[in-house]
Amino acid sequence: MDLNFNLPEEKQELFDLVKKFGEKEIKPMAGIWDEEERFPSEIYDKLAQMGLLGVLTPQEYGGQGGDYVDYTLVCEATAYYDPSVAIFLGGQNCVSSDIIGTYGTEEQRKKYLPDLAQGKNKAIGAYAMTEPDAGSDVKSMKTKAVLKGDHYVINGTKQFISQGTSATVYLVFAMTENGPACFIVERDYPGFAVAGKETKMGIRASDTGSLSFSDCIVPKENLVGKEGEGLRIGLSIMSADRAGIAGMAVGMCQRAIDEAVKYTQERVQFGKRISQFQNTQFVLAELQTKTDAARLLTYRAAQAIVNKEPSDHLASMAKYYASDTVNDVARRALQFLGGYGYSREYPMEKILRDAKIFEIFVGTNEMQRLIISRWMGVK
Amino acid sequence: MDFRITEEEQELRGMFADFADKEVRPYAREIDATEKFPMEIKNKMGELGFLGMIVPEEYGGSGGTKMAYSILVEELAKASAAIGLIVSGSNCNHCLPILMHGTEEQKHKYVTPMATGKELGGFVLTEPGSGSDAGGMISKAVKKGDHYVLNGSKTFITSAEEAEYFISFVLTEGEGDKKEYTAFIIEKSFPGFSVGKHEEKMGTRGLGLCELIFNDCIIPEENMLGKRGDGLKIALSTLDSGRLGIASLAVGMAQEAINLTTQYTKERTQFGKRISQFQNTQFVLAELQTHVSAARLLTYNAAWALDNGEPAGQLCSMAKLYASDVLNDAARKCLQLFGGYGYIKEYPIERIYRDAKITEIFEGTSEIQKTVISRAMGIR
Repeated sequence: MDLNFNLPEEKQELFDLVKKFGEKEIKPMAGIWDEEERFPSEIYDKLAQMGLLGVLTPQEYGGQGGDYVDYTLVCEATAYYDPSVAIFLGGQNCVSSDIIGTYGTEEQRKKYLPDLAQGKNKAIGAYAMTEPDAGSDVKSMKTKAVLKGDHYVINGTKQFISQGTSATVYLVFAMTENGPACFIVERDYPGFAVAGKETKMGIRASDTGSLSFSDCIVPKENLVGKEGEGLRIGLSIMSADRAGIAGMAVGMCQRAIDEAVKYTQERVQFGKRISQFQNTQFVLAELQTKTDAARLLTYRAAQAIVNKEPSDHLASMAKYYASDTVNDVARRALQFLGGYGYSREYPMEKILRDAKIFEIFVGTNEMQRLIISRWMGVK
Repeated sequence: MDFRITEEEQELRGMFADFADKEVRPYAREIDATEKFPMEIKNKMGELGFLGMIVPEEYGGSGGTKMAYSILVEELAKASAAIGLIVSGSNCNHCLPILMHGTEEQKHKYVTPMATGKELGGFVLTEPGSGSDAGGMISKAVKKGDHYVLNGSKTFITSAEEAEYFISFVLTEGEGDKKEYTAFIIEKSFPGFSVGKHEEKMGTRGLGLCELIFNDCIIPEENMLGKRGDGLKIALSTLDSGRLGIASLAVGMAQEAINLTTQYTKERTQFGKRISQFQNTQFVLAELQTHVSAARLLTYNAAWALDNGEPAGQLCSMAKLYASDVLNDAARKCLQLFGGYGYIKEYPIERIYRDAKITEIFEGTSEIQKTVISRAMGIR
């Protein structure tokens, strides 16, 4: 363990750059995207230009050639302004591109990675695992893929898919006769349809959709890895994704705290700034401490992924702790704004609404506890 | 010490629950989605005497106890926080100040229409510069012959657009530098009164929240409520009952969250089992029910104290503080047990979660409640 807790200079620069971008391009629009419940199309090209769509993608495929610490920093910096944008970046970088990058053939990488990494042809990647009856219990998935000559025929339904209605490329998990498998499905393949869009409490600029596969024809060469490897591939990437998710939660924590600090330093009641009340000081101190703890857990996990060390349990700890913390932070930070905290004109209530999903998706916090306790040998 | 509610109260609970199931629950989602004031439900509640539960019959009310009122708000809140709030507001924020401090004329003129639901009331205290620090208000009414001229603005006024009678607290001219607070009943039709900006909220949608603007607003002197200079005292005197209302609201919402979650976990299967069969589910719900039951008992204790002339201030504050805290915790943990379904608007739990947060803020923030309680304990 390297006890230097400071970020290397170039990584700090990356973080600061993305924060600056977020302040200018995300912050003014976040409330509008939330109210209108739509994909932040205005910044797609800008995100592409910044290289944020291909942080993890190797340079030979048009990406930035960054690592999981870089990716997590990008997640934290963008989520500070809007977790929906961060989730989109996660979908693009981690759970679509990095699957193809890590497990795909050379042909698959050449075909799909450049567009996703550079934002060409409005390429958007998505990860389709969850089904109505298979949430935490992924092994119960019913979507089937049957090999017929030079193609697979896929039938089934996927639900709660991030970027489900806007994606152009889906990493779809389905059962073959040899077990679960991972397929690259393009939006215009016959038999594929977007079945619907969810209306959600938060992360409303992240479009969540249902997908239907009705004799959907997928070319044989779009199988990623081998039949039977699907869950291993899907869950392994999901574990890495958790570092990014934890980073997003940390970004949201810090935003909530910063807004509360700013407000309490300005708001006067009973002849004092409310920052002068002991309750304000003590609570904010607690919240910052917990946020720092979450941040350290997050980057410990990200670094372990980079070092190719066992990281699943670290990512689970980071995800569970950071998402738990952001829900506590959001509730208590909002409280300092009083009635204004409840108003949609201030950014706080959106953070509270956005925070809740972080305890649920990418593996519920109950599943994270299972992963951690299993690693501990508590069986 | 008998912890049971009376048979009569039990029957009332059944009646209230029935109304909530038939007339409120089917519309709760729509009210939240459209953010339209539920006028029809309000009218039905007016006819049934809900809006004047604690108002004596001679003023058009139901002559009920604070306990009956608490049970009513709890049952309504299970179906919709917004509907529960209409009833708690009407009884304790609008009718009660006039019942406690008004003249006979004022009671007949204003309480009766509000108790029967013919007109809606508003409670006007908060200003942009004075929330918890109610004494910091700056809106001022100056006496001019047989009337007062009021200038200023108030903020975060519930249902301002629908309300007709506003129980308002403003400055009047005190002696020298001393601040003097006076209460008035202001009618929407008084010249110089207007409803301003509409505030968009996280939850309790359907109940509008607006600014009020007083621009040389003319108030007849007979519309003073209580004595000149007693304004803040009058506002504070109704806070206990208001807090009882919010405590009851929070208990109802928390119980509903638990009930919905119990039902869902018994239906949802994963890993070959009902998720109600997992120890985590069982233990979390057991803890939450324990906290909600404790909150309910604190709430009933407060209601009992009010009904029996016992000191109730600390009890009402404790009930409100605890119940709102329990509710926010319960809403979060219950939503969690729904998984992804808990996050989408098809299921009511996310609405309960959004509605929950305001209960820690309005009618005195949890921080103010702690101040009230610690003062009552003599901790200075």
